[in-house]
Amino acid sequence: MAVLVIAEHDGKQLKPGTTNTITAASKLGGDVTVLVVGHQCAEAGAAAAKVAGVAKVLVTDAPQYEGALAENVTAQVLSIAKNYSHIVAPATGMGKNFMPRVAAMLDVQQISDISSVVSADTFVRPTYAGNVMATVQSSDAIKVITVRATAFDPAAETGSAAVEALAAVPAAGLSKFNGQELTKSARPELTAARIIVSGGRGMGSAENFKILEPLADKLGAAVGASRAAVDSGFVPNDYQVGQTGKIVAPELYVAVGISGAIQHLAGMKDSKVIVAINKDAEAPIFSIASYWIVDDLFKVVPELVTELG
Amino acid sequence: MKVLVTAKRVIDPYVKVRVKSDGTGVETANIKMTINPFCEIAVEQAVRMKEAGIVTEIVVVSIGTIQCQETIRTAMAMGADRGILVEMAEEAQPLAVAKLLKAIIDKEQPRLVIMGKQAIDDDSNQCGQMVAALLGWPQATHISNVTINGDSAEITREIDGGLEKLTVNLPAVVTADLRLNEPRYVTLPNIMKAKKKPLENIKPDALGVDVKPRLKTLKVEEPAKRSSGVKVADVKELVNKLKTEARVL
Repeated sequence: MAVLVIAEHDGKQLKPGTTNTITAASKLGGDVTVLVVGHQCAEAGAAAAKVAGVAKVLVTDAPQYEGALAENVTAQVLSIAKNYSHIVAPATGMGKNFMPRVAAMLDVQQISDISSVVSADTFVRPTYAGNVMATVQSSDAIKVITVRATAFDPAAETGSAAVEALAAVPAAGLSKFNGQELTKSARPELTAARIIVSGGRGMGSAENFKILEPLADKLGAAVGASRAAVDSGFVPNDYQVGQTGKIVAPELYVAVGISGAIQHLAGMKDSKVIVAINKDAEAPIFSIASYWIVDDLFKVVPELVTELG
Repeated sequence: MKVLVTAKRVIDPYVKVRVKSDGTGVETANIKMTINPFCEIAVEQAVRMKEAGIVTEIVVVSIGTIQCQETIRTAMAMGADRGILVEMAEEAQPLAVAKLLKAIIDKEQPRLVIMGKQAIDDDSNQCGQMVAALLGWPQATHISNVTINGDSAEITREIDGGLEKLTVNLPAVVTADLRLNEPRYVTLPNIMKAKKKPLENIKPDALGVDVKPRLKTLKVEEPAKRSSGVKVADVKELVNKLKTEARVL
């Protein structure tokens, strides 16, 4: 068996999730090769070589990989896919985008978002917003898998794999990357944060949402939001935690003014400790909270900032 | 321009899903079913493009049991013109769905296919990308805006760190994210009108597609329960618990 992991990176570093995916890949048995596809991504290739459990790193560096267009990344993966028994990527925005394309071209039924490796062909994956865990067995010759990063620990940085260059394949020429508008923040990334402070509809407005910032500053936390808060325009889309937003599992998740819709719980219920602050004593979020306060968030949040010193 | 949209019938997202006692699947008897919310957004987008004079015909496809006709009628009540049901008793896995859709798209020749980004039952997030791959078309997933510009489409998509802009050549497959639009409520007169719209019923065999499942579900179960928490009186008690009991501060 041989396992190919496709890294998500920003050219310089691996994105959070990739090292967890390498941990999942190591459980499959067989050598793990990491493919780093990008433009000016040599540093990311070097970072991948340091991850424990990696036997070899392949780096494909070419201008057409800027923006990681699904059509182009797929073509690159397909150029070497037949050498592997398993093709694995994190179930992040990038992995979700190109991996099903790879699977379809290999005539394989992808296994999405696995949370556990039972054996080389059997996996557990969450369905119905994480309310039902399905154990599935694949009969395909090559297994194409995306990994729920929060379900696996990140691999350590104790490796020293060989790095080889892999020739780029021609661009598909079907689409054009015109740039990204990334939310600038000095805070940790949601999917990598140890602590997350999240706001919901109860925040009331974009202006009010800002009262979470001093709290996040005190805790060194990332700031997230429920779908209701995003839909109401309080914060941008990339703040959204939930079934179809980001899946997070920090040490501490502080849910402020979030009632606890099923699709929000799906994104955060594996957090180690959950604190909920809501004035509605019947809020469903309390059913999964470790600690909760029934009170007005506009009173509690400033008090909490003071209490934390 | 002709558009093809897809509509999956799913358990209503606000219903609490229960695992069958024998662990073979989830209870569906007497459970409220609905159009997958992301498919509903896809249909709404097609209807808005028709109202704007960009789209001339909307074909809606569903795959599943005969009850999926209701899902197709919902899409027609929103404004789709014509329906196709690929009728099959067992649930088709995403690769099979993609192959069935490719066969229909080869025949219908739409310029644009709009799908939901994921179905909220099995949460796979695969079909749109697979259809695009099988057709050799470009894709744009998780879109929050689409503008047709001659032979291409200008796209805004939602990505992990913010937004991304793409240009895709047509024909293309796009998949709808939450912020693409807010679907309309269907009105009674439109529900009545939808009943008269053409709905074709075909079988997978007629499309020459092998729909045999590749994944075998060995069992389904509920996730491990969280240990129950406690209500705290005030901020002082909370911080104390977080420091001494949970030890996360």
